[in-house]
Amino acid sequence: MSEAFSLGENEVLRVVDLEVRFYTYAGVVHAVSGVSFYVKEGEAVALVGETGCGKTVTTRAITRLIESPGRIERGMVLFRRRNKKVVDLLKISDEELREIRGNEIAYVFQDPTSALDPLYTIGFHIHETVTAHKSKISRKETLKYAVELLRKVLIPSPEVRVKNYPHEMSGGMRQRSVIAISLSNMPKLLIADEPTTNLDVTIQAQILDLVRRLQGEFKMGIILITHNLGIVAETANRVYVMYAGKVVEEGLVDQVFYNPQHPYTRLLLRSVPNPLRRIEKLESIPGVVPSLINPPKGCRFHPRCPFATGKCIVEDPPGFDIEKDHKTFCWLLEKR
Amino acid sequence: MKKYFGVRGSFRKKVKAVDGVSLNIKRGETLGVVGESGCGKSTLGKTILRLLDPTSGKVIFESRDVTKVKGGALREYWRNAQMVFQDPHTSLDPRMTIASTLLEPIRQFKIDVGDEEEFLVKQMEVVGLGREHLYRYPHELSGGQKQRVAILRAIITRPKFIVLDEPTSSLDVSVQAQILELLKDLQKKFNLTYLFISHDIAVVKYMSNRMAVMYLGKVVELGPADTVFESPQHPYTQFLLAAVPVPDPNITRSRKKMLIQGEPPSPINPPPGCRFHPRCPHAMDICKRSEPPLAMIGNSHCVYCWLYAKK
Repeated sequence: MSEAFSLGENEVLRVVDLEVRFYTYAGVVHAVSGVSFYVKEGEAVALVGETGCGKTVTTRAITRLIESPGRIERGMVLFRRRNKKVVDLLKISDEELREIRGNEIAYVFQDPTSALDPLYTIGFHIHETVTAHKSKISRKETLKYAVELLRKVLIPSPEVRVKNYPHEMSGGMRQRSVIAISLSNMPKLLIADEPTTNLDVTIQAQILDLVRRLQGEFKMGIILITHNLGIVAETANRVYVMYAGKVVEEGLVDQVFYNPQHPYTRLLLRSVPNPLRRIEKLESIPGVVPSLINPPKGCRFHPRCPFATGKCIVEDPPGFDIEKDHKTFCWLLEKR
Repeated sequence: MKKYFGVRGSFRKKVKAVDGVSLNIKRGETLGVVGESGCGKSTLGKTILRLLDPTSGKVIFESRDVTKVKGGALREYWRNAQMVFQDPHTSLDPRMTIASTLLEPIRQFKIDVGDEEEFLVKQMEVVGLGREHLYRYPHELSGGQKQRVAILRAIITRPKFIVLDEPTSSLDVSVQAQILELLKDLQKKFNLTYLFISHDIAVVKYMSNRMAVMYLGKVVELGPADTVFESPQHPYTQFLLAAVPVPDPNITRSRKKMLIQGEPPSPINPPPGCRFHPRCPHAMDICKRSEPPLAMIGNSHCVYCWLYAKK
C-alpha cells in the first residue's frame, strides 16, 4: 500500500491500514478492514456510515480500547504528542498510552449518563481528570478551573452546577458537562461518537455550535462519528464515508455532498429528506448491510450496487483520485 | 384535551403532559406533530387512542364520542384506530413468531380470514415480506423488517386511522427511506389517515399534509406542512426549524444562526401565561400573564402567540 507512513507537518493523527476482527462463537467478524484516514490540527473530520460500518470500532481502536474477543490485527496509528514526538499508538507501552488517553486524546460518547459517575459531582469529575495527569494541583485550584470550563461550555450558573450530581442536570447539560470534562486537559484530539444523537434538536444546535467554537479556540482536531448527514454538513471540514468496515469515499465536505462518486454515497445522500427542497420520493437502497462474518468477496457493496460489474464481484477496488483531496474506492472510476 | 399525570410523593403536583390541545384530523390526510422531549406529543398520540385515559376533554372519531367508551364500543374503536410504535425491538413479543403476532389482532377482533396461512402470506407481500419470514422470531429479523411487521400488524384489521409514534427513529437512514415510502404507498392503497409524531422535522415535513408544533403540552402553531416550514410564525417554531441540521453545506454556512437560550422548563411547573415566554426574545408583559389566544394567518395556518393576536 502506498499510504504515507509518516505524519504530515500539521497532522495530529494518521491511521494507516487498520484491521480489527472479532473472534466470536458465530465466526470471525471483519469489523474494520484496511481503514486509513488522517486528521489535521484544528480540523473536524466526520466518519459517516450506517449501523455496522465500523466507524465506532475504528475510533475505539485508535487508543486500543478494543477488548477480547476483538483484536487489532494490523495497522498504524500515528499521533503527534504535545511534546511534538510522533508515536504509533498501537505499539507504545500501556503506560505511555495511559498518559495520552484522557489527556491528549479525549472521547465524548453518545450517552452522557453512562459517562458520568452518579456518585460524584461534576466538579469532582473534572478534578479527577486533571489530577490523573498533573499530580501537583490542589482541590481549590481544580474547582476554580472546573467553574471556568463549565462557563466555557455555556452552562449557566457554573459555580452552582459544579457541585451538582449528574442526576440533577438535564440531558443537554450532562452532555455539555461531559464535553467540559473531556476538555479538562486541553486535548489535541477529541473523538466524539454520536455526541448529540440523544438530545433535542435545539440543544443539539447549541452543542454543535459550542464544539465548533472550542475547536477554533483550542485548535483541536476532532473526529466526529455520526449517521446524520445534516450534522456532517454543519460541522465537518472533511468526510470519510464508511460501509461494511471500509472507507468507500473521502473528501472535503463540499466535494462529497456536491460531487459524490461512490454509488453508496449517492444513494445515501438521496435517501435523506432535505427539508429545504421539495422531494417527490426518497431513494432507498435495496437489500441490507452484509454480515461481516463472511463479507462479500470483491467490493463489499456490490450485492446492493445498481452498477456492479464482473470485476466488482471478485476484486476489492483500490482508491481512485477524483480531484485533489477527493478519492473513492470504486471500479467505476478506473478508466478516468 | 388534557392529560395530567400524578407525581409520586405529591398529591398536588401534576405533570401537565398535554394541557389543552384541540385538533382535528381530516380523512385521508397525514397530520404531523413535532416537538422536543417533554412537549407531550407521544402522550397526545396515546391518549387519542385511549391507551391512556384523558384527564379531561374529548376524543371524537367519525362523529362518535369515544372518550369514555368501554367494552365492545372500545374494541370497535380499536379495530379502526391503531398504533405503530418507535422501537420494533420492544413492540414485538420476542417469544412469538411473526405469524402469531400478526394473528393476534385477527383473533382479538374475530375477523374471518379463511385459510390463516394463505391470508398471512398475502398480507406479508403488502409490506414487502415473504413466506419465509412468517415462522421466524423477531430477533431473526433486521430492524427494518421488524418495523414492517409492526406496520402490518397495525393495518391488518384494515383500520381507518393510525397513530405513528416515531416509526423510523430507531432505523438507519436508508432503511428509514424504505419504510417512509411504504407508509406512503399503504396510505394511498388503503385510504388511511395518519397522525405522524416525530422529533425529526425533516421527516415530518416530508410525510405530512399539515403539521402541528408542540411545546410543553400545548400546540403553538398549526398549518400546511410546507407553509409552517417556509414561514414559521411562532418564535419557538422559528428556533426549532433553524436548529435542524440540513444536509447541504452551502445552505448551513449561509444560514443565520438562531440559537435558543436556556433549557426547556419542567411540565410539572410550567411558566404562567405563555409557556414559552421565559425563552422568547419577543416576550411582552402580557405574555407573562395570560395564555395567548388563537390567531389565524391566512385561512389554514394558525398560531398561539400574543404577537399576532388582534387588539
